[in-house]
Amino acid sequence: MTNTIPEYTTDSYDVAIIGAGHAGCEAALASARLGCETICFMVSTDTIAMMPCNPNIGGTSKGHLVREVDALGGEMGKNIDKAFIQSKMLNRSKGPAVHSLRAQADKQRYSNCMRAVMENTPHLTLRQAEVSELLYEELPDGTKRVTGVKTVSGAIYPCKAAVLCSGVYLNARCIFGEVSTYTGPNGTPRATHLTDSLIAAGIEMYRFKTGTPARIDRRSIDFSVMEEQRGDEPIVPFSFTNTPEELEREQALCYLAYTNEETHRIIRANLDRSPLFSGDIKGSGPRYCPSIEDKVVKFPEKDRHQIFIEPEGEYTNEMYLSGMSSSLPEEVQIAMYRSIRGLEHAKIVRNAYAIEYDCINPLQLYPTLECKKIHGFFSAGQSNGSSGYEEAAAQGIIAGINASRYVQGKDGITLDRSQAYIGVLIDDLVTKETHEPYRMMTSRAEYRLLLRQDNADLRLTEIGHEIGLIPEERYQKFLMKKQAIEDELERLSLAVLGASREVCETLVGLGSSEIHTATSLLELLRRPELSYESLAPLDPERKPLPADVIEQVVINIRYEGYIERQLQQVEQFKKLENRKIPADFDYDAVPSLRLEARQKLKLFRPVNVGQASRISGVSPADISVLLVFLTRVLRGEAQE
Amino acid sequence: MSTDTIAAIATGLSAGGISIIRISGPEASSIASGIFRVGNKENLSMPSFEQWESHTVHYGFVVEDDRIVDEVMLLYLKAPKTYTREDTIEIDCHGGIVVTKRILSLVLSHGARLAEPGEFTKRAFLNGRIDLSQAEAVMGIISAKNDLALRNSVKQLRGKLRTRILSVREEILNAVAEIEAALDQPEYYTLDGFRERLSESLERQSAEIRRLIRSADDGRMMSEGIRTVILGKPNVGKSSLLNALLEEDRAIVTDIAGTTRDTLTEEIRVNGISLVLVDTAGIRNTLDPVEEIGVRKAREQAQEADLILFVADASVPLDENDKEILRGHTNARVLALLNKSDLSPVTTEEDLKNLLSACGCDAEILSISAKDGAGLNELRDKISGMFFSGDILTDDEVAITAERQKECLYEAEASLSHVLEALSEDMPEDFLSIDLMGAYGALSRILGEEVDEDLIDRIFETFCLGK
Repeated sequence: MTNTIPEYTTDSYDVAIIGAGHAGCEAALASARLGCETICFMVSTDTIAMMPCNPNIGGTSKGHLVREVDALGGEMGKNIDKAFIQSKMLNRSKGPAVHSLRAQADKQRYSNCMRAVMENTPHLTLRQAEVSELLYEELPDGTKRVTGVKTVSGAIYPCKAAVLCSGVYLNARCIFGEVSTYTGPNGTPRATHLTDSLIAAGIEMYRFKTGTPARIDRRSIDFSVMEEQRGDEPIVPFSFTNTPEELEREQALCYLAYTNEETHRIIRANLDRSPLFSGDIKGSGPRYCPSIEDKVVKFPEKDRHQIFIEPEGEYTNEMYLSGMSSSLPEEVQIAMYRSIRGLEHAKIVRNAYAIEYDCINPLQLYPTLECKKIHGFFSAGQSNGSSGYEEAAAQGIIAGINASRYVQGKDGITLDRSQAYIGVLIDDLVTKETHEPYRMMTSRAEYRLLLRQDNADLRLTEIGHEIGLIPEERYQKFLMKKQAIEDELERLSLAVLGASREVCETLVGLGSSEIHTATSLLELLRRPELSYESLAPLDPERKPLPADVIEQVVINIRYEGYIERQLQQVEQFKKLENRKIPADFDYDAVPSLRLEARQKLKLFRPVNVGQASRISGVSPADISVLLVFLTRVLRGEAQE
Repeated sequence: MSTDTIAAIATGLSAGGISIIRISGPEASSIASGIFRVGNKENLSMPSFEQWESHTVHYGFVVEDDRIVDEVMLLYLKAPKTYTREDTIEIDCHGGIVVTKRILSLVLSHGARLAEPGEFTKRAFLNGRIDLSQAEAVMGIISAKNDLALRNSVKQLRGKLRTRILSVREEILNAVAEIEAALDQPEYYTLDGFRERLSESLERQSAEIRRLIRSADDGRMMSEGIRTVILGKPNVGKSSLLNALLEEDRAIVTDIAGTTRDTLTEEIRVNGISLVLVDTAGIRNTLDPVEEIGVRKAREQAQEADLILFVADASVPLDENDKEILRGHTNARVLALLNKSDLSPVTTEEDLKNLLSACGCDAEILSISAKDGAGLNELRDKISGMFFSGDILTDDEVAITAERQKECLYEAEASLSHVLEALSEDMPEDFLSIDLMGAYGALSRILGEEVDEDLIDRIFETFCLGK
């Protein structure tokens, strides 16, 4: 079709971002803020930073990602701080590594706030248009290089780099029961041409599936029979640039309801009409976000499932039914939802549906998110087979940074598994074969004790500043916080109490035990029954410190043993991570590699020995062989 | 330069002569000073490594808690003039697998790490001891030794023991999955009552691991030795050969765990070398389903063999079945035995030789009589000769594998006791995951399995996570 439309060449840019969802927004902002003339395309400006599924940002491990994006200088944390209507720190009773921040968002406000930032960022142009082709030139070595993008209307935008952030829009199909609509989420336009162009460029595509529950009119719900779910007071901001006091506001309520045997009976009786079970849906769905029909089939022993009923925002009466996504036919959905206590008279505003879409096989990417075959072509978010707003934003900022660095002739930035959840996420995507949408989980992070949401700024602000996304003023504030933590740790280690009767009595009074030799305050803080606050009577020298400084001090003291152990593991890990493998490395020249390992390594082209060691089918012996060979290459070059 | 210190048994399986334990790395002498004493039995004193010259030999004793384990010679080699270019110590002990392994265990418990297959050679190369032209050979050694280690690991760990390790591992993974599901979906899953259940389960799993360690110490866990499989058609005298070889060794024959009813496994010493002899069901093409199982087992055994003794019957003509048996195994070391030399032979060595070369097999031929013992001494000499000349591809890895497995069991046990400690200190559950996964990883290494996605898979299998 596009062939019949006359082409014309229009304005050129440094970087083109294809899509303005959560990946696209971060990518566009990072690229523009780093000085690249950036154009961001979307099928409709109404879809900028749209939240077509759950009405929240954060949650376990996802909250970590948001704080990391913020520490690097991204926008998501600031934006949810503007748009949240309820905030909660999950897992407070567990260790600090798994404390996870989650906020309910006013979806419309979230989208509007982000749109305002996008529209007012220098060097950033927004353009409503469907990108239909990626334009590139062939290079003598068989690789390709991006030269521009083309839209369905025939406009050619010359550019040096392009970032694919197409979300679930490529050849999207929404399905419930026997009904299919060929649209993007929420009935938005889909993108029908780009997949073919990518395939023609040699990109391997996957087809994935996800789903969303129905939205119910608030006025038709009987909340009196449900449990209320309240937010925290005071709240913890997502962005390190905000304080709790600045963000104080009235918080909305969520509600807890349950499915029952009747709900399950209705689902079972209609399974043959579910496109998931009839075989109509071919795309691979995620295991962690199953539809209610999946749950009922897979866990027949459970007689009820929890459902959280959450507001979509303050602008609307629509309520989201978390835990009940479905692709059953409309009338079955009505019966199913109405079988739930409190939802007997529920009126559906929007049906639940499943959505199928095209994405790329992310093994084709370097950890910089640049495509191995096409220089200057990057991809981020659901188009890389991930799921979730936060996973998308995390990849978006990295892709945006690296697209701009590519244009500016700088080396790409990567975070490794010991630095950030972002590093774990991207390493998993580009190294491990996945056949379902990928969701972040804290159990995927082997050094999770170090990768806490509370220290994301300590881990990444420095890097964000070096890249150029953290302004000087924020950086200076950060340095002061860092210094304050070190100073206080030192002070506590030097503040030694004698084993006097007074001291001992105070300790016993605090529910602790006596000391028998001189003991530092730092040592006392290791005792789980003592808190920083409770030790105040024994610490007259203490000066008031911000809560976030005290938090770091206490965590460092209390979990030192475990933290120390993980740091040692990281040291081992870094050894292999620092052994780079040249991009044009010839694996056929390495003798004694096993056939399977050789094939995998040739296919994946890992950037360092650490990444090579995580490829399934590559054994420790193969890694040893590789190390020996790389040493030989190095030494051979040194001799020449 | 490597930062850790590695150790391994540097000599082979010879139960008679001297065994050498090699230690290499910056901590070599401090580790050795923890277990080595000079002087005489009545008056032991600490060695003074800092005063000794490099490349000197010292007489003394290996001790464990002040008790003498063995009388040894210690070779003290300072970097860089050593094989690995690191500080190196070699302990020559009086041998015997048991003593050698005990000394290695001591070295490991004093802070050395068990060397990976080919690691001494790898270090020699990485430290510049071996020049570039030899790099390919180095890579070959690493990969061959590793294959051998894997092969040994798998074949030594079979049947019941594997099942026991799997079940401990399973229970650990379930516990972690429960924790992680609750951490991932705190509003859907609680950990109420979990700590009590876990601590009870940990007591059980730790006890089981300690039992496994004990059986490893007893030598019952893995059979060590050159895995020698006797192959041949039915009735060519395989069992008689086994019995004949066992005759004078009866006293030290042990039962080996994992013996199947279809094959008979015995351990013997031949000129001081340990041999695990496997007598197989006679192989021939068969339609009888019961016999077919035996034949398949025999073929599997042959696949894992270090040495194959192919037995042919001199009193009957060779036929297609003989050919068929030989055909699959031209890669392994084979000795061809023409049995029943006491009867009037129908088949000659010449006939057998023709058959062998038709199958592309260049095995040596010996005429024997299992019945009256003729040729058996030659056979023993032949086997030990092949072993010492390196013709049989087995080496320290066999003994090392068992040690490596034991080390993993110790690591798993230590991890579980960390978990118990954390439980008693009331640490939050996410801390328990760390050491539970440590134990899981250690047990998985024994089984030679990658653990990468196990946890995530288990969480999704067991728990209904969703939004």
